[in-house]
Amino acid sequence: MTLLALDNITVKYGQLTALRQASLSLEAGETVFITGPNGAGKSTLLKAIAGVVAPAAGTIRLAGENIARRRPEDIARLGFSMVPEGRHVFGNLSIEENLRLGTGIRSDKAQVRTDLAAMYEIFPALFERRHSPAGLLSGGQQQMLVVARALMAGPKLIAIDEPSLGLAPKIIDQVYETLLRLRDQRGLTLLIVEQSSARAMLTGGRMILLRSGEIILQGDARELAKGDALQKAYFGYGEH
Amino acid sequence: MTALLQIIFDALSLGSIYALAALGIALIFGVMRLINFAHGDYIAFCVFAMLAPSTDAMAVMLLGNLPTVLLVPVILAIGAGLSVLSELLIYRRLRDANPATMMVASFALGFVINHFILMLYSSRPKSISLWPDLSLPVEILGARLPLLQLLAIIVTVAIVVALALFLKRTRFGLEMRAAAENFTMARMLGVRANRVILLAFAISGMLAGAIGLLLVAQTGTADIGMGGSVMLVAFIATVIGGLGSLPGAVIAGILIGAISVLMQVILPLDARPFRDAFVYGAVIACLIWRPQGLFAPKSAKQRV
Repeated sequence: MTLLALDNITVKYGQLTALRQASLSLEAGETVFITGPNGAGKSTLLKAIAGVVAPAAGTIRLAGENIARRRPEDIARLGFSMVPEGRHVFGNLSIEENLRLGTGIRSDKAQVRTDLAAMYEIFPALFERRHSPAGLLSGGQQQMLVVARALMAGPKLIAIDEPSLGLAPKIIDQVYETLLRLRDQRGLTLLIVEQSSARAMLTGGRMILLRSGEIILQGDARELAKGDALQKAYFGYGEH
Repeated sequence: MTALLQIIFDALSLGSIYALAALGIALIFGVMRLINFAHGDYIAFCVFAMLAPSTDAMAVMLLGNLPTVLLVPVILAIGAGLSVLSELLIYRRLRDANPATMMVASFALGFVINHFILMLYSSRPKSISLWPDLSLPVEILGARLPLLQLLAIIVTVAIVVALALFLKRTRFGLEMRAAAENFTMARMLGVRANRVILLAFAISGMLAGAIGLLLVAQTGTADIGMGGSVMLVAFIATVIGGLGSLPGAVIAGILIGAISVLMQVILPLDARPFRDAFVYGAVIACLIWRPQGLFAPKSAKQRV
């Protein structure tokens, strides 16, 4: 079943075109990595889905509904949860309040409690300090918090902008372990922006390469890793 | 000792009004980065809503004749209604405009409300007697103070505590605090932006109503400019407290009230007419010392 479908999405910031006629489709339960150099439009792609930036043209369908130009809070209600770039923790709110914030859209209150306990089990550092302001956490702990917070909203599709940034390798492994387990258990669909392709090759899944606002290559992550097509596409050899 | 107590009560009761007004401004600023300069005119509007339209110097009570148990909720509702209406009709349409545009719109709205009152009631201040029993003095620890002063302090404490509980203990409160810190992120987590903003306007408007009642009872006059001077001090208080910080707004409001009263006491007689110059001098000193405000919210300094 197709969960998310972008059709010819173009996003402009003033004169600048950040995303040019991008089309992309995600099946439920799929793992998709987006990679590409800085300024390729990776974050813009996620923001367009989240409803934070309005596409100039094109349609985005989430679970069958057109969500292009819908409000972020309505898109969240359709089962999309986003971890944007930069750690947007609510520093004045306690860790537990951060985690509870996204659960307002859920009706399964008993499951919320179970999920909260599960998150604390995965990230014991959060449990220890659950009543202190999230602003006091270290950078790595804040990164754990925003991933856990997005998961607490109980999404069908989670989009994460660079989950590895600033995390210790051991914690990165834990984060991915959790994401993949939720994918296998609940059919969670993963859309992950990573600057490097190493993780995608390790985890498997589909890889999409963006450059200058255009999707220029996509395919199975491990297949792509074998040849030099990825490097060529990434750096744009032989085109100029 | 009793003189000191007197000063403390004076400072607290004046500071209370400033604190409530600053709270009303900080709430709106928190969720939409708007300094609502029409807030002072909400206060005046709530006061004049008690009177029958006339240009006489003696106020004729209309709504004001309602028994207190009805009058208070009605005036609070009028404040909330006016505030909510300004969001629905004006600010919502400017949601994506830049902050300067919204601020100018709030000035304009203030003028519209101000001149609406002017048309119906003329610019002449009216003497008005609301709850005259409350001006009777009571004795506390040897200090004699009007019951009203005490009431102003108690009401402020009650409002601040109720608001703190609301923000801390309820789902709406949680969403409002989150929205104040990072509105876009809150929306991405499903927080309904329009509902949160509307609620902030409603609470802010109720605060304006409460201030209107306290002011009228204290001063005994209804004046179309009465909200303006409170608004100015309250705005300064929100800046000194750290824009966006609710506790900061309350504390800075009380602080400015306290400094005003203190200047009145310690300044030599000849200098007293220039009290405000000294008060605002202290404000400037405070801003030079801490430009970000006394209690700049943590969201202002992002962690790397």
